[in-house]
Amino acid sequence: MKIKQTAGRQHHAGPLTYVLLGLAALVSLFPLYWNLVAASHTGERVVEAPAPLLPGPHLLDNLTFAWNQVDMGEALVNTTVVAGLVAASTVLFSTLAGFAFAKLPFRGRNVLLALVVATMTIPPQLSVIPLYRIITDLGWVDQLQSVVLPSLVAAFGVFFMRQYLLEALPVELVEAARVDGAHSLRVIWHVVFPVARPAMAVLGMLVFVQAWNDFFWPFIALTPDGNPTLQVALAGLGSGNHTINQAIVLTGALISTVPLLLVFALLGKHIVGGITSGAVKS
Amino acid sequence: MASDTTTTTGAPAAPPPPPAPAGAPRSAWRGRRHRWGVRWGPYAHIAPFFVLFAAFGIFPLLYTGWASLHRVELTAPTDMEWVGLRNYARLLDDEFFWNALRNTVTIGLLSTVPQLLMALGIAHLLHGRLRGSTFFRVVALTPYATSVAAATLVFVLLFGRDFGLVNWVLGLLGAGPVDWQNGRWTSQFAVSTIVIWRWTGYNALIYLAALQAIPDELYEAAALDGASRWQQFRHVTVPSLRPTILFTCVVSTIGATQLFGEPLLFNGSAGATGGSDHQFQTLGLYLYEQGWVNLHLGRASAIAWAMLLILLLAGAAVALVRAWRRRTR
Repeated sequence: MKIKQTAGRQHHAGPLTYVLLGLAALVSLFPLYWNLVAASHTGERVVEAPAPLLPGPHLLDNLTFAWNQVDMGEALVNTTVVAGLVAASTVLFSTLAGFAFAKLPFRGRNVLLALVVATMTIPPQLSVIPLYRIITDLGWVDQLQSVVLPSLVAAFGVFFMRQYLLEALPVELVEAARVDGAHSLRVIWHVVFPVARPAMAVLGMLVFVQAWNDFFWPFIALTPDGNPTLQVALAGLGSGNHTINQAIVLTGALISTVPLLLVFALLGKHIVGGITSGAVKS
Repeated sequence: MASDTTTTTGAPAAPPPPPAPAGAPRSAWRGRRHRWGVRWGPYAHIAPFFVLFAAFGIFPLLYTGWASLHRVELTAPTDMEWVGLRNYARLLDDEFFWNALRNTVTIGLLSTVPQLLMALGIAHLLHGRLRGSTFFRVVALTPYATSVAAATLVFVLLFGRDFGLVNWVLGLLGAGPVDWQNGRWTSQFAVSTIVIWRWTGYNALIYLAALQAIPDELYEAAALDGASRWQQFRHVTVPSLRPTILFTCVVSTIGATQLFGEPLLFNGSAGATGGSDHQFQTLGLYLYEQGWVNLHLGRASAIAWAMLLILLLAGAAVALVRAWRRRTR
């Protein structure tokens, strides 16, 4: 498909296109670059006019200090565990449900699918209050399960996998497996998963990024000084009662951002390919 | 590709389960088990999702509605005193609620409209033969990988009044230093900038996907009819993108309604007030202040349901306008 398109209407991009895209790239990257700059100066220098534009010599000092100040190491491990579990479970259950919605006929299918789509619009604020009560009742404040359990499934994921499997999975393949006497689990394992793999990878990345960066509920369920994820620890650094050292705050921001940026640098091509292949749009 | 979609979604609401496939099962017992599986198997596939979803999605939603009819304090969440609709009546008289609602709408417009327009422009630029197109696409997506907390903490400093780089650049251009934190419009502009920065590239890629799906024949036919590039954009590109534009508008609107982390952290150590004069306090932030600072969980629940009702009203309004426009056309 792609080959045909590039052969058709598309013309070579002019210099103006490169200038504009270059500007957009600059705007996208500058705050991240400046994060690094600020994390490599002293706290006093960062808030001195004019702010520094080039990296300074204090990056290592700041890293050591921030790492010890709020236990960024623990936060990093916590965030990895939470985002990994949430991504794995969302992908698994979304693929199962998405497959059923896309390819299996059953009573009430369209109604249930409409329900899934409708629930994508519910603000998370609506569930925070009862969830908070549940975790206080169970004594789960500052425990990781309080942020993992509510995020194990996502309506968006079901819709996403359903849209993909609708087009990617030939129904004959499923029926052939059935005729061979394969029961459901074997059909899932040997037919659905192999076909769904590219979309599962994209969904997994999207959910992982989302869970890694999730803020509202973790900020309520966990505390910066207890057992935080990176975002919660970061909020603690940024709004602490002690005098704020902005260089340390931004060093924390750097620590929380770099792992995902590394993943993007390595896998960005595939993620972008997944999104632009149309899997995300409605 | 497309034909499969139409046949599947166009199927009747609940087709009866098809007879067991023709490959005759080896025994009656197996046949029965097989039919049972065809009939109930689908529910087993969706059950894990719906069970977890009911527990952590539907139940809390309903419970929040129930709590909004009570007086409940955060310190004793089991002591619930029935107050009927008083929490809602109170909201109507609450100037901070209306302030937060106004701010949510203006910040929502300030962040969503430029964001989607720029995303459309960038998608247009990315669509075409381009050297380094993968590089530009990955770069466009990097802000999305940055968390709300990290991005906001960086932007707070960039927007600093006395030392921030934004004012430094303005100074080079001869414009006076702007107090980004304390002005109503300036602070809302700054908060919106964070949202725009994080989401423009992501939306651009979604638009790009839709652009790539438009068949060339449409453009060729338009060109044969003598349509200019602008007319092609107006009459081919925009109509083809309409479903995608609607999708991104809906998603952005929902996101704008829930805005929380940016205004919270833009306020530095001053907490959930959304600025000294509440000038950028959003509904999400006000809900948090009522529930977790002032400890009034009942009132916070009422704000949460008010948010849902506002979204539903907005959705109904859009649907009405669309129906009306279709009729008058």
